[in-house]
Amino acid sequence: MSRLEHRFAELKAEGRAALVTFVTAGDPGYDASLAILKGLPAAGADVIELGMPFTDPMADGVAIQLATLRALEAGQTLAKTLQMVREFRVGNQTTPIVLMGYYNPIHRFGVEAFVAQAKDAGVDGLIIVDLPPEHDAELAAPAQAAGIDFIRLTTPTTDDVRLPRVLERSSGFVYYVSVAGVTGAGSATTEHVSEAIARLRRHTDLPVSVGFGIRTPEQAAAIARLAEGVVVGSALVDKIAQAKSEEQAVGDVLALCSALAEGVRGARKA
Amino acid sequence: MTQTNLRSGPDANGLFGAFGGRYVAETLMPLVLDLAREYEAAKADPEFLEQLAYFQRDYIGRPNPLYFAERLTEHCGGAKIFFKREELNHTGAHKVNNCIGQVLLAKRMGKKRLIAETGAGMHGVATATVAARFGLPCVIYMGATDIERQQANVFRMKLLGAEIVPVTAGTGTLKDAMNEALRDWVTNVDDTFYLIGTVAGPHPYPAMVRDFQSIIGKETREQLFAKEGRLPDSLVACVGGGSNAMGLFHDFLDDQSVQIIGVEAGGHGVDTDKHAASLNGGVPGVLHGNRTYLLQDEDGQITDAHSISAGLDYPGIGPEHAWLHEIKRVDYVSITDDEALAAFHTTCRLEGIIPALETSHALAEAIKRAPTLPKDHLMVVCLSGRGDKDMQTVMSHMAAQEKQA
Repeated sequence: MSRLEHRFAELKAEGRAALVTFVTAGDPGYDASLAILKGLPAAGADVIELGMPFTDPMADGVAIQLATLRALEAGQTLAKTLQMVREFRVGNQTTPIVLMGYYNPIHRFGVEAFVAQAKDAGVDGLIIVDLPPEHDAELAAPAQAAGIDFIRLTTPTTDDVRLPRVLERSSGFVYYVSVAGVTGAGSATTEHVSEAIARLRRHTDLPVSVGFGIRTPEQAAAIARLAEGVVVGSALVDKIAQAKSEEQAVGDVLALCSALAEGVRGARKA
Repeated sequence: MTQTNLRSGPDANGLFGAFGGRYVAETLMPLVLDLAREYEAAKADPEFLEQLAYFQRDYIGRPNPLYFAERLTEHCGGAKIFFKREELNHTGAHKVNNCIGQVLLAKRMGKKRLIAETGAGMHGVATATVAARFGLPCVIYMGATDIERQQANVFRMKLLGAEIVPVTAGTGTLKDAMNEALRDWVTNVDDTFYLIGTVAGPHPYPAMVRDFQSIIGKETREQLFAKEGRLPDSLVACVGGGSNAMGLFHDFLDDQSVQIIGVEAGGHGVDTDKHAASLNGGVPGVLHGNRTYLLQDEDGQITDAHSISAGLDYPGIGPEHAWLHEIKRVDYVSITDDEALAAFHTTCRLEGIIPALETSHALAEAIKRAPTLPKDHLMVVCLSGRGDKDMQTVMSHMAAQEKQA
C-alpha cells in the first residue's frame, strides 16, 4: 500500500478529512523551507504538497508566483528539492509528499533520472499542472510504473465526457480545483463543491481533495465536511511573504497550519 | 521536384515531429479541444472562407505587392531581391492576417471578449483593431518593459478602445505577457477568446495561426510567377515566435528547390547571454502549451531573451519551426542587434521604406547573402512590418553611438 493510500485509509477510519498543505520548496530559503517541511506533520498536516519552483508558473496567482521567485532567487533547483525530501524522510516515514509544479524542469532533468531519484528520495506523488492526460506517456506512465502516484487536477470545466479520460490514470487522490482560475483566487460555494464531489463520486472511488481559495480554519472545516481532503496553499505561502525573518516565517506557517488542522479535525464532530 | 509532404502537419495531437502538443492546465483543456473542433469546422465552411476573403481584401488591403527592391539589389550586386510588402497591410504588419481569421472564429463561437499578449505591440494593435471592428471588448497584456519602449503602439491600442494591462512579472516582456494572458483565460473560461499572436501555444494555435498567415506565401508564389515565371530560389524571414516566417514558408515547404532561411534575433551575439535565438542557442523544453526549443538554464528555468526588437524578444519559437530545424528543411541563422540596425538604415536610404526592427533582421541576412549569389537568383524577403513604432529605439541607439564616437 502506498503512503498516500495508507494515509487516506487511516483518516477514513478516524472519520475525518486530510489537511493537505502546499508550500514552495526553497521559499524563503533552503534551510527555513526544510524547517517548515519538517514541522508540518506535527502542526497537523496529513499530506504535504511541495512546489517545485518554475520561472513561468502560468496557472498560479500572485502569492505562489512570488513564492517561486523567492525560492529561485535563494538558489532552489529541482535537485535541491529532491534533497529536501530526502532530508525530510530521515525523520518521517509516514507523511506522504507530493511534488507539484510544471513539466519543463523535469523535462530538462530527464524523466528517467527524475523518476528514479524522486522514488529514491521518498516522493509519493506528482501533480504536474501542464501535463494533461493527452501527454500521459511522457511522465504519468513511467512515474506510476516506478510506484509514484500521479494526481490529476479536475476542474469545473471538466465535464462528464472528459472526466473518465482525466481519471483513467489518476492515483493517490483526485484534486478538485474548485474555481476556474489561478491559485489563490476566490473560493467556491459549498453548494458548488458538494455537487462537484457528488459528480466525481459517480466516476471514481479515489479520495477527493478540494483546493483553491481555502484560507481560514472555518473554510477548511466547511470543505472537510464534504471531501476527503482540504488543500491550503496560498494562505500559508502568504505567511512567508509577510514574515520579517526566516524564524517568523517558519513559526507563522506552522501556527496557521495548526489552526487549519483544528478546523479540519473538528469539522465532522460539529 | 520531389513528392515529399511537409505541409500536412500537425497530427491529430498537434505534433510536428516531437514538437507542439497541448501542454496546458486541465481547466483549459476543454477549451483548446473545443477550439480545435470549431476551427476544423470553420475551415471547411464556404461561408467562413468567403467572409475571411472579404476582410482580407477590403479591410486589410490584400493582396499586397511583391516589390522588386531594385536599389537594394544593385547595392548588393548579386541576387535579385523582392520584398513581400506585409507592412502595407492595414495596421502596418502581417499580424492582422491572423487577427482577422481569429476574430471571425471568435464571433462564430459566440465569444464575448478578446484577450491577447503583445511584445512590440503590433499584435496588440492588430487585435485592438479587429476588436473595434467587430464590437468586442478587448484586454491586451503587455510587459512593462515593452510598454516603455513601444509608447506609440500603446497609444494606438488605447485609441482603438483596448484596455492595456502592464505585466511586471519576470522581465516584463512577451513571455510574461503570455503567462498573464493564460491566467486571464483560465479565469474567464466561459466568454473569453484568447487571440494568440504567433505560431506557438497549445494545438490548434500553431497550425491555425500558420493557416491564417499562409496567404503571404500563396500570394508570393502567384506574384513571382507573374513577374518571373518561376519559383523563388530563396525565402528569408525573421523569426521570433515565427508567424510571418511560417506564413511565407509554408506554401513552399514541398518545393525542394526553394532554399528557406529563418532569421533569429542574435542580440549581442549567440555566444553571449543576451540573445533571443531559441534554435541556435536553446534546447527543447515545454512552455506556453507546446514543446519547442527554449532558452533555459541547466535547471529548466526559462532564461531571459534579449533583442533590440521587442517583437523577437521571446525565449521560445513556434513548434513547426523547431521541427523544420530538426529535419533541416529550413536553415535558421541569427543576426545581431547591430547588424539589424545597419540593415534598417540601408533599407531606409536605398528603398525609401522604413522597416520594423524585427524585419530588419531578415533584411540584414538578405544583404549578407545576396552578394554571394548569382544575378539570376530570386530571393524573397518578408517585409513583415513597418518601423514607425521603432523611432524611439532607433533614436536612442543612434544617440548612444554618437556619444561613444
